[in-house]
Amino acid sequence: MSGVIEFRDVGKSFGKVEVLHDIDLAIEQKEVVVIVGPSGSGKSTLLRCINGLEIITSGELIVNGICLPRQRRQIREIRKEVGMVFQLFYLFPHMTALDNVAFGPRKVRGASRSEAKAIADDLLEKVGLSDRSSHYPAELSGGQQQRVAIARAMAVKPKIMLFDEPTSALDPELREEVLNVMTAVAREGITMVVVTHEMSFASKAGSRLLFMDDGRIAEDGDPEALLRSPSSDRLKDFLKHVGY
Amino acid sequence: MGFEFKYIVESIPALIEGAKLTWYITIIGITGGMVLGTVAGLLRLTGTRAVGGESYGFWRVLGVVGQKLAIMYIELIRGTPIIVQAMFIYFALPMLIEVSTGIKGVRFNALTAAIITIIINAGAYMAEIVRGAVESVNKGLIEAGMAMGISRLQLIANIIGPIAFKRAIPPLGNQFIISLKDTSLFIVIGVGELTRQGQEIMASNFRALEIWTAVAVCYLIMTSALALMLKFVEKRMQII
Ligand SMILES: Nc1ncnc2c1ncn2[C@@H]1O[C@H](COP(=O)(O)OP(=O)(O)O)[C@@H](O)[C@H]1O
Ligand SMILES: [Mg+2]
Repeated sequence: MSGVIEFRDVGKSFGKVEVLHDIDLAIEQKEVVVIVGPSGSGKSTLLRCINGLEIITSGELIVNGICLPRQRRQIREIRKEVGMVFQLFYLFPHMTALDNVAFGPRKVRGASRSEAKAIADDLLEKVGLSDRSSHYPAELSGGQQQRVAIARAMAVKPKIMLFDEPTSALDPELREEVLNVMTAVAREGITMVVVTHEMSFASKAGSRLLFMDDGRIAEDGDPEALLRSPSSDRLKDFLKHVGY
Repeated sequence: MGFEFKYIVESIPALIEGAKLTWYITIIGITGGMVLGTVAGLLRLTGTRAVGGESYGFWRVLGVVGQKLAIMYIELIRGTPIIVQAMFIYFALPMLIEVSTGIKGVRFNALTAAIITIIINAGAYMAEIVRGAVESVNKGLIEAGMAMGISRLQLIANIIGPIAFKRAIPPLGNQFIISLKDTSLFIVIGVGELTRQGQEIMASNFRALEIWTAVAVCYLIMTSALALMLKFVEKRMQII
C-alpha cells in the first residue's frame, strides 16, 4: 500500500522562488533512503518538509498517516514519530549529554526521571559514550556530539529518522564513528532518510538512492547499481565531483 | 562649618527607613517588571521561529492581538519620561477611571503607584531585553527542539528560556540598577523613599554636604548589592 512517507506532486517555494518541483516519492517502512545531489539542489528542504520544519506550498505530503499541509495543526504528532539529526548537531548547550538524551523521553513521552535516565544510559552506551554522560556539549568532540545527537533523536523512539549531512561538519577522522552508529540504526529497521555525501554509507547501508538536481528527483534506484553504472551524465559528473 | 560626621550619624535611622522603602519598591518593581517584560517580549515575537513558529486557531488570534498590545505598550513607555508615568498613574489614572467608568474614588496610595510605575516602566525595557536575548538564540537549537515534537511552552521553558536568560543577565542587571535609581523620582508623589528622607533631613538641618553624601553612599551600597546578586546568578549559569 502507500508508504510511511508519501510526497504527492509536492512543490515548495520560498517567496517567489520554487526550490522543489513536482516531487512524487513514496518511502516504505524500513527503507534506508540516501539522498545525494549538488549543493542547493533542495535536499535539506525536502528533508525539512517531512517533519514540517518547512511547510510545502503545493501538493500533499503524508507522513505517518498525517497529511500536510491540510492537517498542519497535528504537526507535533508527526514530529514525535520523526527524529532529526542536523549537520551542526545542535545539542542543547545547557544540558549534559545524559540530559540531552533524556530530554525527549521526559518531555515528549512523559517518562519519569528514572525511566528517562535508563533510556539515556542505554542509548549512550549504544553510541559508545557511557563515559561522557555527564559532559556538556562544549566538552565533547564533534563526532561525540553528533553521536549524542543521534541518541537524543532515537530516545523518543521515532519510526523515522532524518539525517541532514550528519558528517559534513566533522573532520574526516571523526566521520567513521558517526557512520558506524548510523549503520547500526539502519540495522534496527528504522525508516531512514539520509542526506549525505558519504557514498560508502549509501552502498553499505542504503536500500535506495535518490539523486536530486535542481529541485527534482533526477534518479531513484538501487544504490549499488546507480553508483556502479550511473545512467545520467549529471549523476556521473556529480559522483566524479564528490570523488567517488 | 566643615564636614561633621555627627550629622550623618544622626540621620542614619531615617535614611535606613528610606533605603528600606527604596529597596522594597525596587525588588517588587523589578520582579513584576521581569514577569511583564518576559510576557511582552515573547508576545512581540509571536509567530516567529524564535518562539517556535506559527500557531493556529485561538492561540494565533491571541498571539496577534497580544503582539499589537505589546508593541503599543513598549513604545508608549519608552517614549515618555518615567516621572510623567508616575504622575499619570498617581494623579491622572483615578480621573481617567472616573470619567470613563463613573467609578469614583479609585486611588492608589503613593507607594502602590510607585511600585506600579516601576513594574510598568522596567517591564517595557525588559521586554526589549528579552526579545533581543530570545532572538539571539541559535535557530538551529530551536529547530532541534521543535523537531522533537515538544510543545511551544516546553520549548520556551526548557530550551529558549535558559539560553536566552543567560544572555539577558548583563542588560537585565543594568535595568535593575536604573530602576533602583529611578525610585528617587517618587519624591514627586510623596513616597518616603531614600531621596525624600534625605531631602527632609536636609530641610531641617541644612547639612547638604553630609546628608547628600550619606544618601549617595546608601544608593551605592544598594546598587552594588544588586550587581553582586547578578554576578552570583551569572556564575551559577557559567556552563551554558
Ligand atoms: N529559508 C529559506 N529561504 C529562502 N531560500 C531558501 C531557504 N532555505 C533554502 N533556500 C533555498 O532553497 C534552495 C535549496 O536549498 P537546500 O534545500 O538547503 O539545498 P541543499 O540542502 O541541497 O544544499 C537553495 O537555493 C536555497 O538557497
Ligand atoms: Mg543542505
